[in-house]
Amino acid sequence: MKLEANIPAGPLAQKWSKYRFDSKLVSPANKRRYKVVVVGAGLAGASAAATLAELGYDVENFVFHDSPRRAHSIAAQGGINAAKNYQNDGDSVRRLFYDTIKGGDFRAREANVYRLAEVSVSIIDQCVAQGVPFAREYGGLLDNRSFGGAQVSRTFYARGQTGQQLLLGAYSALARQAGLGAVKCHTHAEMLDLVVVDGHAKGIIVRNLISGELTRHAADAVVLATGGYGNVFNLSTYARGSNATAIWRAYKRGACFANPCFTQIHPTCIPVSGDYQSKLTLMSESLRNDGRIWVPKQAGDKRPPQDIPEGERDYYLERMYPSFGNLAPRDISSRAAKRVCDEGRGVGESGRGVYLDFAEAIQRLGEATIRERYGNLFAIYKEITDENAYRSPMRIFPAVHYTMGGLWVDYSLMSNLPGLFVLGEANFSDHGANRLGASALMQGLADGYFVLPATIAGYLASQKPDQRPRPDHDAFRQAEEQVRGSVRRLLASQGQRTVASFHKELGQLLWDHCGMARNAAGLKQALDRIPALREEFWRNVRVPGDAEELNQSLERAGRVADFLELAELLCLDALTREESCGGHFREEHQYPDGEAKRDDQNFAFVSAWEYQGPDRPPVLQREPLGYEEVKMTTRSYK
Amino acid sequence: MRVRLKVWRQKHAHRPGGFHTYETPELNPNMSFLEMLDVVNEELTQRGEEPIAFDHDCREGICGTCSLVINGKPHGPHRGVATCQTYLRSFRDGDEIVVEPFRAKAFPLIKDLIVSRKAFDHIIQAGGFVSVRTGSAPDANALPIPKPDADRAMDAAQCIGCGACVAACKNASAMLFVAAKVSHLALLPQGKVERERRARAMVQAMEAAGFGGCSVTGSCEAVCPKEISLEFIARLNREYGRALLKGPN
Ligand SMILES: Cc1cc2nc3c(=O)[nH]c(=O)nc-3n(C[C@H](O)[C@H](O)[C@H](O)COP(=O)(O)OP(=O)(O)OC[C@H]3O[C@@H](n4cnc5c(N)ncnc54)[C@H](O)[C@@H]3O)c2cc1C
Ligand code: FES
Repeated sequence: MKLEANIPAGPLAQKWSKYRFDSKLVSPANKRRYKVVVVGAGLAGASAAATLAELGYDVENFVFHDSPRRAHSIAAQGGINAAKNYQNDGDSVRRLFYDTIKGGDFRAREANVYRLAEVSVSIIDQCVAQGVPFAREYGGLLDNRSFGGAQVSRTFYARGQTGQQLLLGAYSALARQAGLGAVKCHTHAEMLDLVVVDGHAKGIIVRNLISGELTRHAADAVVLATGGYGNVFNLSTYARGSNATAIWRAYKRGACFANPCFTQIHPTCIPVSGDYQSKLTLMSESLRNDGRIWVPKQAGDKRPPQDIPEGERDYYLERMYPSFGNLAPRDISSRAAKRVCDEGRGVGESGRGVYLDFAEAIQRLGEATIRERYGNLFAIYKEITDENAYRSPMRIFPAVHYTMGGLWVDYSLMSNLPGLFVLGEANFSDHGANRLGASALMQGLADGYFVLPATIAGYLASQKPDQRPRPDHDAFRQAEEQVRGSVRRLLASQGQRTVASFHKELGQLLWDHCGMARNAAGLKQALDRIPALREEFWRNVRVPGDAEELNQSLERAGRVADFLELAELLCLDALTREESCGGHFREEHQYPDGEAKRDDQNFAFVSAWEYQGPDRPPVLQREPLGYEEVKMTTRSYK
Repeated sequence: MRVRLKVWRQKHAHRPGGFHTYETPELNPNMSFLEMLDVVNEELTQRGEEPIAFDHDCREGICGTCSLVINGKPHGPHRGVATCQTYLRSFRDGDEIVVEPFRAKAFPLIKDLIVSRKAFDHIIQAGGFVSVRTGSAPDANALPIPKPDADRAMDAAQCIGCGACVAACKNASAMLFVAAKVSHLALLPQGKVERERRARAMVQAMEAAGFGGCSVTGSCEAVCPKEISLEFIARLNREYGRALLKGPN
C-alpha cells in the first residue's frame, strides 16, 4: 500500500483556496440524501456535526458521555491560538505556521500546518459570534496572553476555562441543529467497531451503555473525533473516560495508525501524591507567563523554599534557554524537570517535583492582579494540596497530557480507508512530534468548523446518494457478532484481578519505559512484558455484572483491553524511531549537553502502521516529509 | 482514617432501591471522595460483588458529570466545589457518610447513584444558542464589548450543567440552570437579537421536562459548584417578562 497525502500543488499560501476551488461539491438538494455518522462531540466532533448539519447533510452524532457537553475538551484551561495579530506584536499566519512546524520539531506536514494557521483567524470570529465570553481589555477588545514556544501574544482565553467556553459554543451550535431535527444526538452510546464494506468505511456498531443493546448504524461516511489516547498511561491529565477504543478498532479494520510514540508530557502538573491517585491535575501553562521555575542548586537541599536564598536557587529554564526562559516548549521543559530531579535536586516529599514560584510576580504586579489572572488555578491547587500558592511556591511535575499521534489522514482528513475521516486529537496531522500550548483547541475547531465541511464533499460526490449499504449487510452482522463475542469473553473470564489493577500496571510500565526518556533496552523489556500482561488480562480479569445493563466495569474492561494492544504499538514505534525529536526522546540520541538529536537524514517521515491481524506484526508505511518553504533547522530555544 | 458509608443501591429504575452499608479500609485524608469510592469498588469487585455505579469524568470540577448527595447536600459539605473536588480531610475518622443520587422527577434514576440529566440537553436545544451559521461571522473585534459585561456574562457562562441546583431545590426547579444560560447570552450583544424567543422557549422546555417552579429559597445557589448567583434568576424573570410583553413571535 502507498500512502498518498493528496496535498494540492502550488505555492503553500494558495493550497487551501486552490483545494476548495478544485473540490467537487454536493448539490443542496442531494446533501440530505447523504448520511454522515460523527463519533464524538468534543471541540472537533461537535463543531463538525453542527456544521455538516447546517450544510444540509443528514447527521447522527454519538458520544459515550451522558451529554455532548461533557467531552474531555471541556477541561482545557489555558487558551486557543490564532494569528489575529490584534496585539500588533509581529504575528502573522506565516509566523504561527512557522512556530507550529518548529514546535513540532519538523515532523508535521507543512501544508496542513499552514492551513491550520490560515483558518485560525476565522475560528475566533465564529466563537465570538456564538457568544463565547473571551477575556477582554478595558477598551472592550479581545485580550491575549502568551504560551510556550512563541514570542508573541496570540492566545485567546476565557479565564482558566477556555475549553469549557469553546465547547459550550460548539455544543450550542450542535444543540441548535438537534432542535431543528437536523442532527440526531445519541448519548451513552459507545462505538465499539467500524464497519467496512468493499474497502470503504460505511458504518459503526454501537453499544447503548444503559441497556447494553448493540445497534448498527449505516452511513455514507464516518467521522471519528474521539480524542487522544493518553490514558494508555493510566495516570494522566485526561478525563477518566477518555479512551482509544474507536481509533483502535478502526486501526484493526485497516486504518493506519501514525506516530503512536509521539506523546506529550506536560511540564506543569500537580505531582503524584499517593498510590490511590486516579488522575493528575494540570496547572495551565499560562502560569509560566508569571511564574518562575526553580530547584535548589544543591542536591538533597531539604530546606523549605523561603529559606533558600536567591543565590542558592537554580532557575534552570532561564539559565538553559535564556531567550524563551520559563516559556520554553513543553517537551523541553518537561525533560529539563526530569533532569534536575534525576540529579537529586527535586523538591517535595518524593523528590519528584520542581517549584513554580510567583513571589516575584506578586511583588511586581500585586496579589490582586495575580488573583485575577490565575485565581481559579490557585484555588484548584489549594483544594488538591491544601497549600497556599500566594504564600509559598507551587510544586509541579510533568504528566502525560496529549497525544500527537493518531490515525493517519491525508490533506482532506480522510484516512487510508476511504470514507473514514478523523478529526481533532484522534488524528495525527498537525503537531508533529510536539504540540505547542493552545494549539489543540485551534486544531479541533479548525478541523470541525472549516476543514472537514469543505473536504467531505469531495468523497461524498464520488458516492451515489442513497446507495449506502443497509444495516442487514453481512459486514454489519459480522462486526456486531465480533463485538458481542468480546463482551461475552470479558464477562466470562471470572478471574482474580480487577480491570483497574491491569490498567495501573500497564501505565506504570509505559511511564517507566516509554515516558519522558526512552532507550532500546527499556523498550524491548516493555515489548516483552506487554503481551504477557495482555495474556494475563484475558485469562485472569474479573468483570462483575451483566452485559444487558449499565456496567462501568465492563466499559472500562473493553477500553483497557484496547490499551493493552495499543501500548505495544506505541513501544514498537518508539523503538523503531532511532532519533530524538519533540516528545520522543531516545537516550541514545542526544548531544553532549543533553539536547535532543534529530536525524533528518533517516527519519524525516511519518510512521504509519498497518495492522496485519492478531498474530502478525504490523507493517510500517513511511510518508516522507518534505519542506518547501521552511528549512529544517536544529530546534533551538536558547 | 476509616469511614462508614451508607450508599443508595438500585439495580435499575424499575426495581426498588435501598441503602447498603460499607465499612471502608484505611484511607488517606488527601484522597478525593471519588478516589475513596474507587477503593471501595476495588474491594467489592475482588469480593465478587457489583461495584457502586457513580458518574464522574474530569475529576477536576469542570465537566459536570459527577453528582452525589453527600450527607444530604448535593456535592458535599463545601461551597463552590463539585463532588470530585471534595477531599476526605473534610470528614473525620469514624464518620458515617450517607451517599445518595441527585433526586428529581426530571432526572430519572438509571442505576445506583447515576441519574439521567437529558432534560438539560432538551432545554438547551430549545433555545440556548445564538443562531449563527459557521463561516458567517464578522471579525471578532468588530464589536467591542465593555469588559464588565463580558466578565458578567462569563460569571453566568461558567455553569457546568451538573444539576446540583435541581437536586437541592424542594421544587426540583431548574431555574438557576436556565437563568445562567439566558443571562450569559442576554448580556452579550451577540445574544440580544434572539433574547425574547430564547427566554420563552427555554422556560417552556423547562416546564415541559417536569422541573418545578422557583420559590426563591436560594438553596440552588448554595450548592452550585460555580457559585452562580441568584441574581441571574432575577435577570431571567426580567427576560421572561419582557418576552411575554413583546408577545409571541
Ligand atoms: C487538562 C487539559 C487542559 C488542556 N488545555 C488546553 C489548552 O488550554 N489549549 C489547547 O489548545 N489544548 C488544551 N488541551 C488539549 C485539548 O483539550 C484536547 O486535545 C482537545 O480538547 C481534544 O478535543 P477532541 O474534540 O479531539 O476530543 P475530546 O474532547 O476528547 O472528545 C472526544 C469525544 O469523543 C467521544 N468518544 C470517544 N470515544 C468514543 C466511542 N468509542 N464511542 C462514542 N463516543 C466516543 C467522547 O464522548 C467525546 O465526546 C488540554 C488538555 C487537558 C487534558
Ligand atoms: S467529575 Fe467532572 S465535574 Fe466532577
